[in-house]
Amino acid sequence: MEWVVLGLLLAVMAWIIWTYNLFVSLRHRIQAAWKQIDVQLKRRHDLIPNLVESVKGYMKYEQETLTKVMEARSRAVSSAGVKASAEAENVLTQTLGRIFALMENYPELKANENVLRLQEELTTTENQIAFARQYYNDLVMRFNMRQEVFPASLVAGFFNFKPSEFFNVAEAEKVTPRVDLKFGA
Amino acid sequence: MAAESQGAASEDFAERQARNRRLSTLIVFLFICLFLLIGSAVDYLYFDAFTPSALKLPVATLTAFTMATLISLMSYYQGSALVLGSVGAEALDLKLPEHRELRNIVTEMALASGSPMPKIYVVFDPAPNAFATGRDEFHSAICVTTGLLALCSREETQGVIAHEVAHIRNNDILLMTLVSVLLGGIALLSDWASRSFYSSRTRDRAVGKSALLVVPAFLLILLSPLISRLLAMAVSRQREYLADATGVEFTRNPLGLAKALEKLRDAAMPFQGASRGTAHLFFVNPLRRRVDDREGHLADLLSTHPPIARRIMLLYQMTGAGR
Repeated sequence: MEWVVLGLLLAVMAWIIWTYNLFVSLRHRIQAAWKQIDVQLKRRHDLIPNLVESVKGYMKYEQETLTKVMEARSRAVSSAGVKASAEAENVLTQTLGRIFALMENYPELKANENVLRLQEELTTTENQIAFARQYYNDLVMRFNMRQEVFPASLVAGFFNFKPSEFFNVAEAEKVTPRVDLKFGA
Repeated sequence: MAAESQGAASEDFAERQARNRRLSTLIVFLFICLFLLIGSAVDYLYFDAFTPSALKLPVATLTAFTMATLISLMSYYQGSALVLGSVGAEALDLKLPEHRELRNIVTEMALASGSPMPKIYVVFDPAPNAFATGRDEFHSAICVTTGLLALCSREETQGVIAHEVAHIRNNDILLMTLVSVLLGGIALLSDWASRSFYSSRTRDRAVGKSALLVVPAFLLILLSPLISRLLAMAVSRQREYLADATGVEFTRNPLGLAKALEKLRDAAMPFQGASRGTAHLFFVNPLRRRVDDREGHLADLLSTHPPIARRIMLLYQMTGAGR
């Protein structure tokens, strides 16, 4: 009889350890995924001034949009925290999308190798942000779901695991599908 | 809705990987068994094993066993290098804009799938095609023909790469690479065995044996090509459909892959670098066999590639599902 009780206790202990480790590893992966987004966001912040600089000469009538992008960029750079930076980055994504759309009106830009190169770099950075965010949100969803499901919720509560924040997508962006930004392709 | 299916799917990867590892083990086991059988057949036919005049050791059987083990080990550790070498794959040249774009697309898909960055290769060939190889997601490679880069837009290439990254993530690549190398080995062996069996010297000797044992040995040599086809079947059509679906989970854009498939179907160009041993690795069948366009159970058994039309149809259905 004692052996049965002891065996049960050991099984419960093993399960608690397994659940705890799962939470810890998920939390680490979420942090790693967040860093991935961060890296791409920084790269975008670095690329935007270059792009604006090289298209400024061509796009004489779009100075206002270009200034808006630079403003959105500096706001995104200075924002902190998941929620605030997500909002600032979403604004930046939208203004950047407008510039890419306007660039279609300037055929000379298609001949400029430097601009094309910058555009491909920004396109992939945009996509990488989107995909890294998608992966991040998937992880957060799994993490949060695990914490709510009984009986794992007991372990989460005891060890004080908190649900993570989603990197939210603005409503406007949800309507617009991810576009292929390359010229003519 | 879409987010929920995502969460469930990420749990499935471990299961799919485990199943592929089990299947790979089974195939290596079968491969070694086949070599043992052929080795003992050769022992029986050439060295008069199981009779008083036999050699002390079953030489051919032991040689076959050693060979099979070595080939298996080599195909596990060096399989991707062999496959890449056999199609003439080359490393990327980042000075070229198309190659930079390819690298960027692969980076995007690695991020979307949460797997490490695979190595990237190109083959200079006008036939649009692609494949993935390796033994796990930490030792993986994606290879693309220059024809695919020239033909497909960024969005379409992304769909194709997502399909290949899905093969990596599901760990189909281990199984497919093993089958490639082992299948190549079996094809070689069956050619060699049948050639020596038909030489007159052996037939004279074989007459003395009981017909009961000659027939299975003869059948075995005749059947080896069929066995190699059976191995290819392990890499079933189902795996391709699954990789299409998993790829769409990464891009969330079924249209990209669908449009790429349409272009590749219309291009209809066989890829010279592919062989019977490597054909099943590719995104679309490089050998263009007619059975690939058929549906039904028999075609499912004989073909490693699903009909392109059906793949496209399933992808369009996904767009209708309202993602």
